[in-house]
Amino acid sequence: MGHRSDEELRRPRRRRTLSGRLVRGIDDRLGAASFTSKVLGKVFPDHFSFLFGEVVLYSFIVLVLTGVYLSLFFDPSSHKVLYHGSYVPLQGQSMSAAYASAVDLSFDVRAGLLFRQVHHWAALVFMAAIVAHVARLFFTGAFRKPRDLNWYLGSTLLLLGLANGFAGYSLLDDLLSGTGLRIMWSVILSIPFIGPSLAFFAFGGAFPGEHIISRLFIVHVLIVPAAIAAIIGAHLAIVWRQKHTQFRGPRATEENVVGSRLWPAYAARSIALLFGVATVLVLLGAFIQINPIWLYGPYDPTAATTAAQPDWYMGWMEGALRLMPPGHAVIFGVTIPNLFFPAVLLPGVSFVLLYAWPVIERRITRDRGAHNLLDRPRDRPWRTGLGAGVFTFYTVLFVAGGNDVLASELGLSVNAMVIALRVILIVLPVLVGLGVMKWCRDLRRADPPPEPETHARVEPEPEPEETGTPATVGNDTG
Amino acid sequence: MSTDRDRTQSSSSIEYFVAGCFGAALAGAAGCAASYWMDLGIRYEGLSAAVALGALTLGLGVWANTTLERVDVVQEREPLGSTREERRDVVEGFERGERRIQRRRLLAGLAGSSLVAAALAALFPLRSLGPRPDHELSRTAWRRGTRLVGDDGKPIRPEDLEVGTALTVYPEGVTDPAQRAAAQTVLIDLGAAASAASSRPDWTVDHCIAFSRVCTHAGCPVGVYQPERRQLMCPCHQSLFDVTDGAKPIFGPASRPLPHLPLAVDDDGNLVARGDFSEPVGPGFWNR
Repeated sequence: MGHRSDEELRRPRRRRTLSGRLVRGIDDRLGAASFTSKVLGKVFPDHFSFLFGEVVLYSFIVLVLTGVYLSLFFDPSSHKVLYHGSYVPLQGQSMSAAYASAVDLSFDVRAGLLFRQVHHWAALVFMAAIVAHVARLFFTGAFRKPRDLNWYLGSTLLLLGLANGFAGYSLLDDLLSGTGLRIMWSVILSIPFIGPSLAFFAFGGAFPGEHIISRLFIVHVLIVPAAIAAIIGAHLAIVWRQKHTQFRGPRATEENVVGSRLWPAYAARSIALLFGVATVLVLLGAFIQINPIWLYGPYDPTAATTAAQPDWYMGWMEGALRLMPPGHAVIFGVTIPNLFFPAVLLPGVSFVLLYAWPVIERRITRDRGAHNLLDRPRDRPWRTGLGAGVFTFYTVLFVAGGNDVLASELGLSVNAMVIALRVILIVLPVLVGLGVMKWCRDLRRADPPPEPETHARVEPEPEPEETGTPATVGNDTG
Repeated sequence: MSTDRDRTQSSSSIEYFVAGCFGAALAGAAGCAASYWMDLGIRYEGLSAAVALGALTLGLGVWANTTLERVDVVQEREPLGSTREERRDVVEGFERGERRIQRRRLLAGLAGSSLVAAALAALFPLRSLGPRPDHELSRTAWRRGTRLVGDDGKPIRPEDLEVGTALTVYPEGVTDPAQRAAAQTVLIDLGAAASAASSRPDWTVDHCIAFSRVCTHAGCPVGVYQPERRQLMCPCHQSLFDVTDGAKPIFGPASRPLPHLPLAVDDDGNLVARGDFSEPVGPGFWNR
């Protein structure tokens, strides 16, 4: 199996093919031949859950391509203009140049609306794929040494994605996004000591200021995307160096990688996935309306919006704001506003715990060894239970972010909904966590891991610092 | 899983399918160009682009999973860590250099502190980003005698309001967006019955009462007035304020009442402010 194609690849070729000439030309200058042949033969394990990371990369590519097109037409300016485009209901209204150019992009630039909607959908899918990827890594223990390094980079990517998504939809200066910016202003203001100055610096004065749109634009199109691209690059380089994890299989061990070669099978499949992601995003953008800013109208700090929800990845923070009981703290005369707890403290603690998880788990399990084989979620009932509980917690917050819509759908009062969700937020994660833990134990009893015990198989090699032997992840160097 | 040999036998029909996919992708690309050229709108642009991309997906995917290599290859992992000697060389090489630097302690210290100083100096221009908050957070444009005006800029008499209605008002002559945003006020005619219900009769003038319209939670406009309950609601996070009880929050995350704007009627019968709000408007901050 597979040997025939192996021989084909190695069969000496005398003909001077195009690729032959190309390789010689490049190798004369860079000496890249041995590296390139390693690249072409590199083996990637196959599992559907490994695709989430690739979906992140490919939606990022779609984001960059569509975003560049949009930036050619968008005018990131707060200056007031009178609208004279082809969307009749807004005719003659005063609005920011940013909003006017976004409406023009939707109605007066050919294919502009398609690009706008694909861009927005790509952002939603990008974030969803990151979350799915993080969940995959968590539940299979893929974040353990040596891949804890990539866990930190990935967490940063999640943080940057959140920031850039928010910055992106805030640029349009429509009533919905302006309300979001107003809340962000208040969140910044709530930070003790530095909050007011920070808010004034960011917005260039009291809200709404004149600078926030043009500043967010640079953040959104240059600073954060450059950081994301750099982190994706480092992330992939580390994956490349450390090689993929894999599930235990008939032949898959800690010391090998079982899968298909990069060239041509894996490359073709991955490029197919790139086009698959693009297909889905284009279909979503063409047929499912997203963020119809012309219906919201231009932002006016004195206009109120009902049923306002942010993009889905901000939903948990919105929900936390809504479920937070009233009250504020005063410590030594320093007021800590209500908003600080759900909007600064909760996200802060969430991300600290996310970053620290590999360290925390190492403390709990005292497992300092390197791992290339993945856990099945059932193999670690306590971790899987904890993850399910945490996931439930944020899902309840997400649901709470739409409590007004949900209440009217269910025919309940918003007040009853809020009180119920406050209870659910505390109770449900515990129940789900314990339930999943028990479920995992039952599954594991029915279907034990093929080898003695998963957590008996820690430390494929002793730690070099402790024993003085070279650090090797696997002892079979082939 | 089937063997390579099985695949070779069925490969010709698969190749036809893959070729068909690439043909469809070509057609989709042509359709995409045509729908752009003829300005057929988002549906056709998107559909033809999706046909092109989707056919490519299918073609490449089927090709990769069938006729191209589909067998598991086993590749050994090389050890990630270096040898003990290599690690020692790194440490020794670094420490050798470090010792050389440390021999010139003064120079090293100066180099370090000048780097820090340069970095700190580079932070100063950040100050240009905006003014420091002065009184914008604690005061608004309302002054003693400022007339209340509606969206149209016209002054308002108590009798202009219908009982049980709320109106958004601004200080007359204020056009700056930031000042208008902070000074926006909701003026409510509580009617004769409500005057008795109000716990602070001196706050109302001719049944009218005025509160800051900036939510004390996150700063959204408190835009919904429910006349039958005499409650103001913020649509962002559903905080409720009781208008007859000093606009105290009665539900939701808001924890402070909406600041009250003292009213009077001037000689021409128009509503005016008797001064600024009772306390800073809007969301909280540490030294409010």
